[in-house]
Amino acid sequence: MKWSELFTSSIGKKWVMAISGLCLIGFLLVHVTLNTLIWANIFVPEDNGEIFNRAAHWLGSNLIPRILEVGLFLFFIIHIIQGYVLELQNRSKRGKGYKVPMGSEGSNWYRKSMGLLGTLIFIFLVVHISNFWISSRFGGLKEITYPDGETFHNLYGEMITVFQELWIVILYVLGCVSLAWHLIHGFQSAFRTIGVSNKKYLALLNATGIGFSLLVSILFAAMPLSIYLGWVK
Amino acid sequence: MEQNTMNLTLKVWRQKNSGDPGGFATYPVKNISAEMSFLEMFDVLNEELIREGKDPIAFDHDCREGICGMCSMYINGRPHGPWEKNTVCQLHMRAYKDGDTIVVEPWRAKSFPVLKDLVVDRGAFDRIIQAGGYISVNTGSPVDANAVPVEKEKADAAFAAAACIGCGACVAACKNSSALLFVSAKVSHLALLPQGAPERRSRALNMVAQMDKEGFGACTNTGACEAVCPKGISIENIARLNREFIGAGMSGE
Ligand code: HEM
Ligand code: SF4
Ligand code: FES
Repeated sequence: MKWSELFTSSIGKKWVMAISGLCLIGFLLVHVTLNTLIWANIFVPEDNGEIFNRAAHWLGSNLIPRILEVGLFLFFIIHIIQGYVLELQNRSKRGKGYKVPMGSEGSNWYRKSMGLLGTLIFIFLVVHISNFWISSRFGGLKEITYPDGETFHNLYGEMITVFQELWIVILYVLGCVSLAWHLIHGFQSAFRTIGVSNKKYLALLNATGIGFSLLVSILFAAMPLSIYLGWVK
Repeated sequence: MEQNTMNLTLKVWRQKNSGDPGGFATYPVKNISAEMSFLEMFDVLNEELIREGKDPIAFDHDCREGICGMCSMYINGRPHGPWEKNTVCQLHMRAYKDGDTIVVEPWRAKSFPVLKDLVVDRGAFDRIIQAGGYISVNTGSPVDANAVPVEKEKADAAFAAAACIGCGACVAACKNSSALLFVSAKVSHLALLPQGAPERRSRALNMVAQMDKEGFGACTNTGACEAVCPKGISIENIARLNREFIGAGMSGE
């Protein structure tokens, strides 16, 4: 079988979806871990974002994360385009629909709404990238000089400013809720797609997926919320 | 003995042929015994239609004992009706009560075009089987029955997959009209056994290729197929097929 045949087959397309999805999950893990540093004040009083700004600077000035970042964009683009291709192709297969719809038996609404949830994440992503990524990469961020004389982009300060706006906070929370549902299905589905058929492992992966999705989404949602509510200044 | 009978209203999809746009027709049915099967109720209705000089409702059926996979009705939003792990022919009228309205539709999928009324063309499944759902055996004198040892767990899983009767309810239930539960049952059944080993790679590749050619959708692992399957085929088979297919596609020329 040629590569082209493999990747245009129905299972091959799903495989691309699963691999790109899993890579995005890997990225989320790094992203959420680093971002929790905005709460460093809990352990380091009077930190006020210094550790976070230094970490972000390190990430932006190192070659390997920069290369990974290109990969990340590629995976997002592949996942989004392939997601829509599959969604549209799958929708076209029924022809005339049923008078009485199937409902969600044996399934759940979110398992059947991956395209919708993905679209909500996508809308969030556009706002998110224009909020932070563009200004942190291409300038537009204020600088801050710490007592040791080193100067950094004040990404932390930018977060504090951006998250004063209520609609942005709401959009972020909605983005996180969509992400949670998308991943509660997506995490275990990806492993099924790449061929994990052992019930014992599937049960483990399902539980891990739910835990991961909830933890990551709650942590992400807590960031704009804690800033808007003034817990982080 | 108390006779438990009921009067019902049926809304049935009528369509003269594959070119006809079709539509629902309403039929009141009276004095239906709770002991009748769903198909027997259709027999009663059809006899009445014939008496009135009308065209009887076409529907597929053969064994009427839940093993052939011919019967195929989508009843009140569920393939094969309300009972779990059950075929329409084994659905009994005690599932309903007097005064109920029942909507009966054919399987809906572009790959299963309606031929007439509730009868759809499931030839696509036959062509998928032809593409790889077989094994090669040596001719000559019969082999001793237990000459080939098979691990118990694998034998059980193969047997469970072999229970698929090819009815197509999985396609009818899936939001993507995916046939993956059916194909994965057929591939698993043979791939798990030593007898299926010679064609293992080509089987997965060819059956999936035929499935795609027939126009079925891709799998989103929603689980709807498993829930309506009259034989309880598990979606773990789908994961196994994914592995078989990707493995076969990545190896070899
Ligand atoms: C951080 C963001 C995202 C992550 C971590 C992620 C992760 C995943 C994973 C793991 C799957 C399961 C793959 C499988 O079933 O084999 C999946 C499926 C899917 N994703 Fe995403 N995704 C993300 C964003 C998006 C976006 C922005 C879209 C936009 C359209 C999208 C659309 C879809 C669709 C439609 C599916 C289902 C495909 C199918 O099963 O047919 N996802 N995603
Ligand atoms: S997998 Fe189940 S629902 Fe699908 S064709 Fe086989 S028996 Fe019917
Ligand atoms: S008629 Fe054979 S399974 Fe229903």
